Amino acid sequence: MRKLAPPLMLLTLGGCAGRQAMLGAAGRDSALFAWLWHVFLIVTVAFYCIVIAGLLWAVVRRREGGEAAVRTGLLVWVALISLTLVGLTLASWLADRNMNRAPRTGLTIEITAHQWWWDVRYIASDPSMTLRTSNELHLPAGTPVRIVLKSADVIHSFWIPNLSGKQDLIPGRSNDIVVTPEKVGVYRSQCAEYCGVQHAHMAFDVTVQPREAFEQWWKAGLLPAHAPATSVEQAGYTYVTTRECSTCHNVTGTPASGQVAPDLTHFASRLSIGAGTYPMDRGHLAAWLADPQDAKPGNKMPVIGLEPAELRAVSAYLESLK
Amino acid sequence: MSLPCRTSLLAAALLVASCDREARNPRGGPLPDDAPLASAAMHSDLAERRSAAYQNNAMHVSNGQLYFHWMNCTGCHSEGGGGIGPALTDTKWRYGSTMESIVQTIAQGRPNGMPGYAGKMTPRQIWEVAAYVRSLAVRVPQSLRSGRSEGLSDGEPPTLRDPQDFRAVTPPQDEATVE
Repeated sequence: MRKLAPPLMLLTLGGCAGRQAMLGAAGRDSALFAWLWHVFLIVTVAFYCIVIAGLLWAVVRRREGGEAAVRTGLLVWVALISLTLVGLTLASWLADRNMNRAPRTGLTIEITAHQWWWDVRYIASDPSMTLRTSNELHLPAGTPVRIVLKSADVIHSFWIPNLSGKQDLIPGRSNDIVVTPEKVGVYRSQCAEYCGVQHAHMAFDVTVQPREAFEQWWKAGLLPAHAPATSVEQAGYTYVTTRECSTCHNVTGTPASGQVAPDLTHFASRLSIGAGTYPMDRGHLAAWLADPQDAKPGNKMPVIGLEPAELRAVSAYLESLK
Repeated sequence: MSLPCRTSLLAAALLVASCDREARNPRGGPLPDDAPLASAAMHSDLAERRSAAYQNNAMHVSNGQLYFHWMNCTGCHSEGGGGIGPALTDTKWRYGSTMESIVQTIAQGRPNGMPGYAGKMTPRQIWEVAAYVRSLAVRVPQSLRSGRSEGLSDGEPPTLRDPQDFRAVTPPQDEATVE
């Protein structure tokens, strides 16, 4: 087991790169975190080396020379430690101050966490421009975004490691966090507060895109859902809008207008299903529809018991909702 | 066997026993849900056992409470006290107060306003709502009704911060009351 430990610890370094990386530095706060982290890393490694050097010196040195050298050495050592600690505190304070100075103007997004998915609303001064979506976040690069955080059930925590720090979503009050994405890319957000059985599968994809692309996405999101084009899609449309699906889910532009479950208007344009649980493709979608309690046990979607033909139709229709 | 040894064994046995408080099955009901609702099977042993299985399971009652809010039952029945629709906290009901009758009422609807939910909710969901509705009228064991429901209310939370840069939070000034 001892032999296994170093390679196992190396695995944790995987958390430092990729779609979900604390040191990704793709946002303003995250860049500050990365800076602070590297300052601490360099300073602590330097001090580690000094301590090891001192120990080696203690081993090899002879019992000659007076107490004076030792006393001077100790004084220098204590002074060095004190100054460095003050320096690190200062660095931490500067990073903190810089984070609090994030400009608070720009876009407002409201996120309500549910067990175990995210309800997202892009707030516009014109209510007809307000956009509702679920389990995905599109952000314009370079714009500070204020995200208002609410919870419908228990405490969750909002965290996009590549972009910023964490902020809790607490039932009965609203919190907020300002996120300034800087690098274009796709990142993963993960609930960071244990919130029940499917806490680990409560994630979403964050797409940071240039301002124009973001505005286009917003406008496209306001359009009603794709109308069924084939007979299979038509059958799926009929099922979704008249049966169990429409009781909880909303598909804008159709009679399906439930508000208690994820919005499905442009469902197929997302990158994942089940709040970041599975990739978006026909196979995973059909498996989810056939038995959501097998795909993500404990989630609030009941087993509908679709017949094979209905399953084909509903998955074809949902897949067409680009 | 020494006394401390026996005591600790007994304590361990008690701990293990507490693990078996309730079975939670996220899929399907205690018995096939599509078994006939209210027909010849109404007073059969099977129907009785199914009713009891739903009513005596905290997960089913709690899910029922969640759906009661999601489906806007509160819109007419309030939190059970009634309003547009009849109260649900008494036991003498127009269409019967057995689990079977309530399931029938929810699934098929009743004259003068109660909509039918068959095809809009799965049979299991309907049974769960019925179990919750029954729990409003009768005294249920404390283990069935937790102090905190699994789905808390989803109201607009009062914000404690002052987001002055984004929204004016000055309360509306009523001129008549300002002196």
